[in-house]
Amino acid sequence: MSCLITKSSIEFAYITYSRNRILRPFGNGFKDEIQAHLRSRCIILTSAEDKTAIDIDTPDDSFVQMIKKTGGPNIQNCYQCGTCSGSCPAGARTNYLVRGIIRKALLGLKEQCISAPELWYCTTCYTCTDRCPQDVKPTDVIKAIRNIAVAEGYMLEPHQKTALKVLEAGHAVPLDKESWENLREKVGLERVPPNASRYSEAIEEIKKIAKKTGFDKLIEEKKQKEE
Amino acid sequence: MANKSFYHFLGCIIPHRYPSVEKAVKLVFNDLGMGLLDMDGATCCPAPGVFGSFDRVTWATIAARNLTIAEAGGHPITTGCNGCFASLWDANHELKHDDELRDAVNENLAVVDREFKGTIEVWHYVDALVEIAGLSKIREKVIRPFTGVRMALHPGCHWMRPKNIKQKDDSERPHIFRELCETSGATYVPYKDELICCGAGGAVRTADVKIALEFTMQKFDSLNAAGGADMMITPCPFCELQLDMGQVEIQKYFEKEYTLDILHVVELLALAFGHEPDEFGLATHLQYMQRKTAPAWEKLGIKMEES
Repeated sequence: MSCLITKSSIEFAYITYSRNRILRPFGNGFKDEIQAHLRSRCIILTSAEDKTAIDIDTPDDSFVQMIKKTGGPNIQNCYQCGTCSGSCPAGARTNYLVRGIIRKALLGLKEQCISAPELWYCTTCYTCTDRCPQDVKPTDVIKAIRNIAVAEGYMLEPHQKTALKVLEAGHAVPLDKESWENLREKVGLERVPPNASRYSEAIEEIKKIAKKTGFDKLIEEKKQKEE
Repeated sequence: MANKSFYHFLGCIIPHRYPSVEKAVKLVFNDLGMGLLDMDGATCCPAPGVFGSFDRVTWATIAARNLTIAEAGGHPITTGCNGCFASLWDANHELKHDDELRDAVNENLAVVDREFKGTIEVWHYVDALVEIAGLSKIREKVIRPFTGVRMALHPGCHWMRPKNIKQKDDSERPHIFRELCETSGATYVPYKDELICCGAGGAVRTADVKIALEFTMQKFDSLNAAGGADMMITPCPFCELQLDMGQVEIQKYFEKEYTLDILHVVELLALAFGHEPDEFGLATHLQYMQRKTAPAWEKLGIKMEES
């Protein structure tokens, strides 16, 4: 993959670095250092020159209404302070940017929000939710956007497999090998615990529920798409 | 206090990957006169970051199905997993306060002849230990104090966050979990990134295990920068898996070697209460099974007969 470092992004980083490291002498080597740093992170970097800007004439409100109904009722409280992204351990190492996603959502950029793979880098640690001065509950907003993404067919394959496990075994992490049963015996427990691993009727109930809510279809459709 | 009994919600990771936690909690609760009842036919909680991210109503319905098992018996639920706690506690809370969600969930539950009534509470092991047993009673039971053992903590996220909803501890300066762990007599070692996520939650471990492990490495590096510790204690088996087996995965993906014993808080207490590690199988943690190693008994201050 080739590296795309634009002049403007270097200038921007240079200014930012200069401001943050005022005690550092600005030699010629410093600019090289920034370039090396940028190169190491080039996959994450974007700038206005790298991609076409999206024209936003009149924001489309329908996505916001959808999010509010799906579990993120406070999204419109956001005044873009960025406390969420500043607190985010996922944002510190990936291009997952809570503030950006929320702003995009508020502007009605639905497709950009639900199709972005980084939407799935939130570990739901709720640090942003605990620090948000506007009670936006960013974690819930992200989960609501994920719900909409899944409903529209955006689901990662490993997630689909995990969901299938719950429908098949009653557990996301099933007792699927004899070695796990041996481990239980080793610590002095019965080989099979009294959960869905023992009671197949519990799994039947989960299947019935998934059929009723349409969750089974949600996973199936994805399966066909993948094939 | 009269004996109190809880329905024991096992979840997935404890009974299927870290059964030592299941055994240890039985020893600890029994020592403290608290009952644990089997919750027959309970399923996945279901995983809050995973199912909650896929379809909120399905998530709430499966969680509510688990809650109805306890409602039928009339005892509260206790769970030793932050993820299970997040699903069961949050769903219980949301269903008690959101009529629209409750109606949707009960319509779904009707196909399996169940109904969410909202009559029970959900407790994390930590809360049951601190609020029902009490720290002073726990201290009385400690006959093998971890004197001089340096203990780092990983409280994890979902037993205390979101703080405005859980209303339990200050998630920026939590103290409840620390106080419980300190009853063991071990010395608390603070480190900068104690409160960041282990990296496993929110379906991230499933989506991209390397990114998840970067969180874990950040925690270990932060701890080492603070001088290191002899063990790390967590109240969650998913965090435990990420921190314990994660060390093996970090070695595989990043060629960095960390060796730190990771204990669930009930394993710490079982040892402090005088139980031998073999009574609950501490050495079955996946880190040891896969590396063919054993806990650093000497560092933990535990005398073991060489077998």
